[in-house]
Amino acid sequence: MPSICQEELIAMQRCRRGSRKAFEVFVNRYMKDAYFIALGLVGNHDDALELSQEAFIRAFRNIKHVKPDRRFFPWFYQILKNLCISHLRKRKYRHTSSLDAEGCPEVEAQTDCFLPEAVARRNEIKDKVWQAIGKLDEKHREVIILRHFQNMSYDQIAEALFCNKGTVTSRLYYARKKLEELLGAGKGGIPDDMP
Amino acid sequence: MTCHDWKDLMMGYLDNELNDEQKLRFEEHLKGCSECASELEEFQKLKEMTDEVTLAEPEDRIWQEYWGGIYNRIERGLGWILLSVAGIVLIIYGGFKAIEEVIKDSNVELIFKVGLLILLAGLAILFVSVLRERIFFWRRDRYKNVRR
Repeated sequence: MPSICQEELIAMQRCRRGSRKAFEVFVNRYMKDAYFIALGLVGNHDDALELSQEAFIRAFRNIKHVKPDRRFFPWFYQILKNLCISHLRKRKYRHTSSLDAEGCPEVEAQTDCFLPEAVARRNEIKDKVWQAIGKLDEKHREVIILRHFQNMSYDQIAEALFCNKGTVTSRLYYARKKLEELLGAGKGGIPDDMP
Repeated sequence: MTCHDWKDLMMGYLDNELNDEQKLRFEEHLKGCSECASELEEFQKLKEMTDEVTLAEPEDRIWQEYWGGIYNRIERGLGWILLSVAGIVLIIYGGFKAIEEVIKDSNVELIFKVGLLILLAGLAILFVSVLRERIFFWRRDRYKNVRR
């Protein structure tokens, strides 16, 4: 997450006046961050692309309501996150409301959208880690995504999540504990021969 | 301080987020606490595993077409708004004209005209009531300015 700069401030002012060209500055700067965060939260390429673009569209429509001193990215992140969470809830609802979904591998496989194809240079361990991240609850998954895949500092994560650094470290601790548990790691359980 | 109280420093140590003083303090604690040392080791292994996972980069075409997709959808959104407004205006105008014709038509029975007027009065009351309720709740919405 780059620091605020003059270019962003000017672009923000022009966007408030309805300039689509100025908004392109934000899209070009943050499209990859938006896509990869969405991918980390929803787990598959198509949904991540659709949701990240939709977040930009909503940001453009509402940018005139943003306070002039607000940074774009933390505000935008809230829109993106809410869209992803809403999408996951709809997906969960569809999953639980589909008859006989439980115990039917075909239906479960179709509705489980945390696809291993999202991972680069796959191997068995990476697939397991990715699947385990997909099983974390939303607030724990997002800190893992922001820290590990976006390389954001604790300060940047705290700003994006509207919380303090203590909350970030606490969530990271419990997220990692849960990941260890999901990977069957326990005491000394994580394999030493991982790549 | 219990081991649990060191979890914040442990995470900061793991992610290289501590200043020199905090780092030293935590390292001092580690020397005398096998439980935290063992937990840190597990976390380090886990971190190495998660750091190994990188997400697949989509084709270049996706990034080249990304802004175009957004631009088109923003533009179409405006189109839909204009279309909807025009549709509503035309329907209201057409409806008004049609009702006017019916009221003026001497061949239409009086009971039908009365029924039609009562129906319109009912619709008008419902519309005003819903509109007033919406405005009432919007004015009292404590969260309408949150996180803008």
